[in-house]
Amino acid sequence: MTRQVTAREAGLMSCHVCGQLARSPHGAAQRLRCPRCGAPLHLRKPASITTTWALLLASALLYIPANLLPMMTTASLTGSQEDTILSGVVFLWESGSWPLALVVFFASVMVPLLKIFALSYLTASVQSRSRRGLLQRARLYRLVEFVGRWSMLDIYVITILVALVQFQGLATIQAGPAAVAFGAVVVLTMFAAMSFDPRLIWDPLSDPVDGDPVDPAPERPAHD
Amino acid sequence: MTDPDAHATPPADLLACHDCDLLQTEPALAPGETARCARCNAILARNPPDSLDRTLALTFTAAVLYLIANLYPLVGLEMQGRRVEVSLFEAVHILWRDGVEPVAALVFVTAQLFPVLELSMILVVLLPLRLGRVSPRLATFFRLVRSVQPWGMVEVFLLGMLVSLVKLSHLATVILGTAFWATAALIVVLTLAARAFDTRLLWQLAPGDEGARP
Repeated sequence: MTRQVTAREAGLMSCHVCGQLARSPHGAAQRLRCPRCGAPLHLRKPASITTTWALLLASALLYIPANLLPMMTTASLTGSQEDTILSGVVFLWESGSWPLALVVFFASVMVPLLKIFALSYLTASVQSRSRRGLLQRARLYRLVEFVGRWSMLDIYVITILVALVQFQGLATIQAGPAAVAFGAVVVLTMFAAMSFDPRLIWDPLSDPVDGDPVDPAPERPAHD
Repeated sequence: MTDPDAHATPPADLLACHDCDLLQTEPALAPGETARCARCNAILARNPPDSLDRTLALTFTAAVLYLIANLYPLVGLEMQGRRVEVSLFEAVHILWRDGVEPVAALVFVTAQLFPVLELSMILVVLLPLRLGRVSPRLATFFRLVRSVQPWGMVEVFLLGMLVSLVKLSHLATVILGTAFWATAALIVVLTLAARAFDTRLLWQLAPGDEGARP
């Protein structure tokens, strides 16, 4: 594995948008653009680790009000009731739709938490230049990227509930302050996943360790 | 590490994995084949058959479905003789009016604005390509498509609708509107379109790739 050559080692940068390879000038701090599509070129995403930490911290903080404050207020003839994310899950469970209760619990409670923990672990492991579990960490990052959008679920549930239950005098539903906090958590964790550069996971492999000779022959990709 | 010809362009068949930066030679792919990174297994390149025509056809279909999904009522509710029906935009408007503007904006952007931006920009990029007229501004539009893509969440929106309807089914009669079914169909078509879209095709046809054509 240590004999494989990365674009960085070969003095090349690949464009984030179109994948075009370009020569990276030595020690240059000027703004480079992709010769093919014009996107800004970077060897790695700029300030990836710092940005990811900042966004993770912000989302972890907002995760607290998102779960503690009411997500919605239902006013009906029998009085008004406030629901948090969790009490909404409990309501679904008790009313017999436990598959949906699981879906909502997973999308709204577990996914944001999982994203925050997984990205923290990935960023910390990259900072300590860990060389262990590379493939597992690459897979974990892909999972975080794939699953992240689904935590928007509760935002849409609220939207439809608020829009439909507008029977003045009979029943109305209003969105609570947790909705804003929760929406912010979803957006911030998505930005955190985007600012993390998965190539940093593999970079420690090209750290000089035992003077392994570098084989310049490019690897052949696997077919399937 | 050392390179004798530091200013030459890298070989055309060379590509770096976007996930782990490993340099690899790009293989010739038969239609339907996928190349994966030898080190991290990320998808490097796909060769969907008949990509340009299929993507265009599916994107047009998606555009029509998108119109239906946004013009007609999504869902309705009937309670003690009173009936309420909302379209997506009305739902966003109600949220905004209720004072949760950030949430309303988020829903508008992810379920309405970005999906239509993505669809129209794919058309803006692919239609001229299909007609053989290549615009130099194509690359900019494609960059926009790429930055907008992760934020279009029509499929999550549909699941959200389902969850809220299950919640409401206990207190009122739920009506599924035309737009609901159009949204469901839209998700299927969008998925197929994304599968049919071969981004490499775009860069092979596009100009600016100096010396690519005689």
